[in-house]
Amino acid sequence: MKAIQNIGIAVFLVGLGIFTALPFLGNFKLNQKTFDDIITNQGIKSEIFVADLQRKLVGKDFDGITSLAPIIKGAIDTANEIHIKNKEWSKKIYTSSDDLATSIRKKSGYGFVPENKGLMWLLTFGLGVIGALLFIVPQVITLGEKGIKNDHIYQQNSTNKGSIAWLVFIFLVSFYLVLYFKSEYTVNWTYLVDPISESLSGNPAGHWFVYGFMYCIVMTVMAIRMYIKYRHNMYQVVRTTSVLFFQIVFAFLIPEIMVRLQLSYSKGYDFKNAFPLDYDFFFNWNLKELINGGGLGLFILVWGILLTVVIVPVMVYFFGKRWYCSWVCGCGGLAETLGDPYRQHSSKSLFSWKIERWLIHGVLLFALVMTGFTLYGFFTETGTVLGIKVQSIMNTYSFLIGAIFAGVIGTGFYPIFGNRVWCRFGCPLAAYLGFVQRFKSRFRITTNGGQCISCGNCSTYCEQGIDVRAYAQKGENIVRSSCVGCGVCSAVCPRGVLKLENGPTEGRINPTEVLLGNDVNLMELVNKK
Amino acid sequence: MEHIVIIGNGISGVTAARHIRKLSDKRITIISAETDYFFSRTALMYVYMGHMKFEHTQPYENWFWKKNRIDLVKGYVNSIDHKNQILKIKNSTDISYDKLVIATGSKPNKFGWPGQDLDHVQGLYSKQDLDALEKNAPNKTVCKRAVIVGGGLIGIEMAEMLRSRDIPVTFLVRESSFWNGVLPKGESQLINEHILEHHIDLQLETSLIEILADENGKARAVTTDKGDTIECDIVGLTAGVSPNINFLKDSGIELGRGVKVNRMLETNIPNIYAIGDCAEQHKGIGYRRPIEAVWYTGRMMGETLAQTICGNPTEYKPGHWFNSAKFLDLEYQTYGWVFSERGRKEYEQHFYWRHTTEKICVTIAFHKDTKAFLGINTFGIRMRHAIFDRWLTENRSIEYVMEYLKDANFDPEFFALYEQEIITHFNKEFGADISPKKKSWKRIFTIPKARA
Repeated sequence: MKAIQNIGIAVFLVGLGIFTALPFLGNFKLNQKTFDDIITNQGIKSEIFVADLQRKLVGKDFDGITSLAPIIKGAIDTANEIHIKNKEWSKKIYTSSDDLATSIRKKSGYGFVPENKGLMWLLTFGLGVIGALLFIVPQVITLGEKGIKNDHIYQQNSTNKGSIAWLVFIFLVSFYLVLYFKSEYTVNWTYLVDPISESLSGNPAGHWFVYGFMYCIVMTVMAIRMYIKYRHNMYQVVRTTSVLFFQIVFAFLIPEIMVRLQLSYSKGYDFKNAFPLDYDFFFNWNLKELINGGGLGLFILVWGILLTVVIVPVMVYFFGKRWYCSWVCGCGGLAETLGDPYRQHSSKSLFSWKIERWLIHGVLLFALVMTGFTLYGFFTETGTVLGIKVQSIMNTYSFLIGAIFAGVIGTGFYPIFGNRVWCRFGCPLAAYLGFVQRFKSRFRITTNGGQCISCGNCSTYCEQGIDVRAYAQKGENIVRSSCVGCGVCSAVCPRGVLKLENGPTEGRINPTEVLLGNDVNLMELVNKK
Repeated sequence: MEHIVIIGNGISGVTAARHIRKLSDKRITIISAETDYFFSRTALMYVYMGHMKFEHTQPYENWFWKKNRIDLVKGYVNSIDHKNQILKIKNSTDISYDKLVIATGSKPNKFGWPGQDLDHVQGLYSKQDLDALEKNAPNKTVCKRAVIVGGGLIGIEMAEMLRSRDIPVTFLVRESSFWNGVLPKGESQLINEHILEHHIDLQLETSLIEILADENGKARAVTTDKGDTIECDIVGLTAGVSPNINFLKDSGIELGRGVKVNRMLETNIPNIYAIGDCAEQHKGIGYRRPIEAVWYTGRMMGETLAQTICGNPTEYKPGHWFNSAKFLDLEYQTYGWVFSERGRKEYEQHFYWRHTTEKICVTIAFHKDTKAFLGINTFGIRMRHAIFDRWLTENRSIEYVMEYLKDANFDPEFFALYEQEIITHFNKEFGADISPKKKSWKRIFTIPKARA
């Protein structure tokens, strides 16, 4: 078994190695026709820019490492400077140099990778999946009897912030940085999934398709790991299935199929992604598309508003925020599968809790204020509200919260700071759901009388950094806004103390001076005080 | 300001300190020779197994003590001078007190076995024991086999710990079946099977004769009353614990096996109290033993004593018996009294159900004449403490318990439910005709008004 697992690791590393090397490989040659097509598609009217770029790029061979974005940026800046001086506003270029560089590369790549997409897919994704499964599936046997399997978590390099964890950290952070900010380097990855993208939406893959596809693959493989690890626990099995289903069907397949069908609203839409997590739902351009998107566009507009205003809070009332955060949400889905080996790293200190409350509510406020600005700008048809450019607020949010916090930090920091960094410290939707859960919900984690022995398994494995034990050892139920109801505290408890349940709101929060089991008169006496 | 000094920073002492602080402004000092800060002893096994780091076993952050004005002193109390109300501390200055709480816990039993004090012979109780185990049995290369002596809760924990590092374990149990002094036959048998499934060499009805030393004074083998000699690198002595009170021998405080206390948890000396594992009631409360080395009783004594010390004299009155444990992967809970064959009362009748394939079973004890429900043991099913506590107080019948059994289930959502199967089995065995009531939140969360 050990041998199979080691082979699995080797195979996985080969796949990962090839995948990692791809951004730096390949050859690109931009021909005249492709160049003209791109310029036309982008609606660029600056002849200065076109001439400049033509001279620098067309007909030239360049390799994978050379970045095109700075060249393009230089050309854009030079051209725009002249156009601004001449007040030729229609010729000014708004396209981002990164996007343009990415399109140019995507269309001008040649050689082994774009010509052997299927093979390359097998050598990257294929080997990765096979290797990972060779490592994971033997755990059915190696883990032994079903039960809690946390042996050696704090003795292994990879799960105890050792060098492997730091390497994973660096890899994930770099991956997200490339994805968000250096997308021209992702074109070799997009070739691998072109056939899949074409079969789904009919279009070649962009880097977000790569990300979406990878997301589903990673979640599926790591969900298999969850099924094996928690095979004694039906709650975990059902929950994992749910979160996987919503990722693959709602976040991945439906939006792609919507594009294929070329519906009135031609963009894909993730029907489960609720505002304010879906922070650009009320952005000017999105509203316009929705309104102009015919019946479907209007349906999505109404659905999106209904989701946030009615469905989400009502469901939280009945089931707690877990129905979203650990049963439906994509961010939660990745955290509960890929992130599960790192759940123990979330800090349980009071200090972290303080930071958490400031940060997450700060982000919610930011999202709401930004949305207020965009909506005001939308209805009054102005780009400037209270002397502030709405676009600049949107850009700041997209950059700081959407990309850096949710992506780079949110997932990249898994191996060191735990798997729910974004959900705990940043997600504005989680903050909103948290208010409902804390103040008006039937959900709680019930503490089973006086059975707690303060061992600390619950707190250690709480991915949200809740000091569960602090409540359990006092006989108090756990009613915390941040709890996503993953159910692991209940699973790891050796004494059967914790149960996630939805019950009557009365008595949900139960401060107890003296625990169940101790003298009844004493309890009355304390309660009388 | 009155100075309360507590010897021992375990669950009893710390609970007492916390509640005294809640109720008063008294000066509080906790003295411990074991660790700087309170930790959960029950979690030591998880540190060795790598589920946690030692710091995770500490329920309070380090700033907690200063913030709550609880002074922590690391030191060993050599003796108590109760006439002058002074504690003599080893290698340090004396500490005077106005009220003294002895909460020094237990130490592993040693029954005078030859070789019991050799190197690599240890119990599993203190932080020091954990450190020793890490040193003595870091892996299966250094430690080729372990022998554990004594079939109780700590013994099986130690076996689980060592198995987590693939160290072969021989488990010597004096009884004919694991823990059958406490558990009824069927349950004890279930655990025997589970132990063997975990590749632990369980040797029942086998006692330790002698621990043999190598040339360096380290344990190298044990001999048993079966005539076997078992080579090993470590011997775990887990034949129960007894109060850790040697330092009180000549103190004038009345001692039995533990520190003798009355129901107010007072010793024979004014202003000196004892709580937790080291306290011994003059007479056991109900069916409870005079000394109860249980986590929650320590906590309850701490809660109770804090009331007394803060001017609200309160008797220690533990309610209905309950407890829980985990044997390898098997969770066990008990509410009320279910006695083993050895301790069975003449009026006590048992109903036993075991799942055909899974390691799940339930034993319910009831009065054979009155049919009153006496207690329940469950393996592999979690039960709701509040419900059984209420049913015991209300003196419900076995039929009632069966009928409303679904209210008591505390397993996580989506788990398979066995109430129907259990009740069908009961009906068949006792010719009854009970059909289970649907689970009702209203019943579960209704707090009975009159609790006398």
